[in-house]
Amino acid sequence: MAGASTKDVLMDFDEALERFEPVLGFEVHVELSTATKMFSAAPNPAAPGADSTVPNSFVAPVDMGLPGALPLVNAEAVRYSISLGLALGCSIAPSSRFARKNYFYPDLGKNYQISQYDEPIAFEGSVEVELEDGTTWVVPIERAHMEEDAGKLTHVGGATGRIQGADHSLVDYNRAGVPLVEIVTKPIFGAEHRAPEIGKAYVATIRDIVRSLGISEARMERGNLRCDANVSLRPRGQERLGTRTETKNVNSLRSVERAVRYEIQRQAAILAAGGTIIQETRHWHEDTGTTSAGRPKSDADDYRYFPEPDLLPVEPSFALIEELRAALPESPVAFRKRLQADYGFTDAEFRDIVNAGVLAELEETVAKGAAPAQARKWWLGEILRIANARGVDAGTLVSPLHVSELIALVENGDLTDRLARQVLEGVIAGEGSPEAVVAARGLKVVSDDSALIAAIDTALASQPDVLQKIKDGKVQAAGAVIGAVMKAMRGQADAARVRELVLERAQS
Amino acid sequence: MPDASLEITVADVQHLAGLARIALEPGEIEHLAGELNQIVDSVRKVQEVATPDVPATSHPLPLVNVLRADEVGAVLTQQQVLSGAPDQQDGRFRVPAILGEEQ
Repeated sequence: MAGASTKDVLMDFDEALERFEPVLGFEVHVELSTATKMFSAAPNPAAPGADSTVPNSFVAPVDMGLPGALPLVNAEAVRYSISLGLALGCSIAPSSRFARKNYFYPDLGKNYQISQYDEPIAFEGSVEVELEDGTTWVVPIERAHMEEDAGKLTHVGGATGRIQGADHSLVDYNRAGVPLVEIVTKPIFGAEHRAPEIGKAYVATIRDIVRSLGISEARMERGNLRCDANVSLRPRGQERLGTRTETKNVNSLRSVERAVRYEIQRQAAILAAGGTIIQETRHWHEDTGTTSAGRPKSDADDYRYFPEPDLLPVEPSFALIEELRAALPESPVAFRKRLQADYGFTDAEFRDIVNAGVLAELEETVAKGAAPAQARKWWLGEILRIANARGVDAGTLVSPLHVSELIALVENGDLTDRLARQVLEGVIAGEGSPEAVVAARGLKVVSDDSALIAAIDTALASQPDVLQKIKDGKVQAAGAVIGAVMKAMRGQADAARVRELVLERAQS
Repeated sequence: MPDASLEITVADVQHLAGLARIALEPGEIEHLAGELNQIVDSVRKVQEVATPDVPATSHPLPLVNVLRADEVGAVLTQQQVLSGAPDQQDGRFRVPAILGEEQ
């Protein structure tokens, strides 16, 4: 594991910001959820519900670059790309074309990737990003272009699946040719202390936009949305930009924030010690929260782009662009304002949801029938607690549908909150739906009064002093009996009902 | 007007051959540099007659927007995909250890 073992010297974040100004840039790749691939009619593994676990089973000749196979552009992918460009406030190019990006790597059968170079479909836009304190920040967009994804490599024989030290690699072309839009920001100046936060909020906003457009599944943990973070520092007062590093594949919201912070601290320590930053890619390590040196910029980065001779220009009509513009959903900022009013949350309550990155999950949970307050309680409570403990995004743990089902079971009185937490654990552990976990673990609340009464009578008989106190009107003494009954029922009883019954039986 | 920067040098050919993973003998490099310069000269002639009102193009065909409906079509079986593979493992192509870094 080259580089990962060397321990980087880090400067204190505040000190780093005192001495240097961070400049950020982001490249976000979005996998479109069209039915088919970008240039072939093979099914798209990034489409909703697609199961591409069988390797090399979602492949057409074009995706492998077989001789004579010719690409043909997916009209829906073009529409999705235009919609995304418009949502990013971009201009749509009246004419745009594809280009070949040449490089040798087994993740592409053709030895080139079809991308766009000098004529991207969308350019010059901006995205309004909401920060944790409710203020907004405008991120300038350079361009958004169409391209195809590459296949997936598995490195075998090395440590932790990394390329270094691997004995050989395995190639699965299912992902090759999946339609991608790459969104490139302009340099982001003036972020200062908020740089890590702005990075996270920007990627979250892109995720919200593509979700609201319905053009991507947008699951970061599945690679539907992937972020490369560029960070450079320049000494205070210097006009010229510093040398930047590009941290690849920062694939969760939390990681974007951490990776930006780490690179600022790492680069500051090098610069302060009189060193220089090498222009290179860096790998993000989710487990250690560090980056390690990757490939330096070199000859291999001469991709010899040239216009793709197998494809013709894309020239969207004015009518098409206006049709797609009219169909744009409201912006994430406007959407949030409306949602907050609908749900009746205070500013602070709503901000907690947004900052925890679970707004989309919460919205879907409510759409599946849960009350907003209940959905909020679960996502910000138990689910977020487990997510934080495990260092993952909450949305990766459990589906909104299962959360809404869990809430329904509590509302119906089938589960107490305590039992529901156990059920949630089971759902997160992959034991199935809440109903399935309840059945498998036998966790349903005992709502049969006769079973409760039997346990209550036993408890009262064994604690005659408590029984006497209750009879004397000291109702709070019932707690001891309720505790004993809940214990006997192994927690699977509704405490309020037990209390009612205890008082009833004590008086009889 | 000849532009010296458009001269294809021996060093250019060496560089491109390296990028394209093509092994060339010194004689071949000289030869190719000469041929490529002839091509550049021909293009230069075309540039001389092109007037500013002629838009640049990368394609000779008078066609745009050749698109395909987003409908699933023929797909290869895993067996077909791997039929030309020199080596395979677990339904995947098996390739030698990759030198260098992740792309």
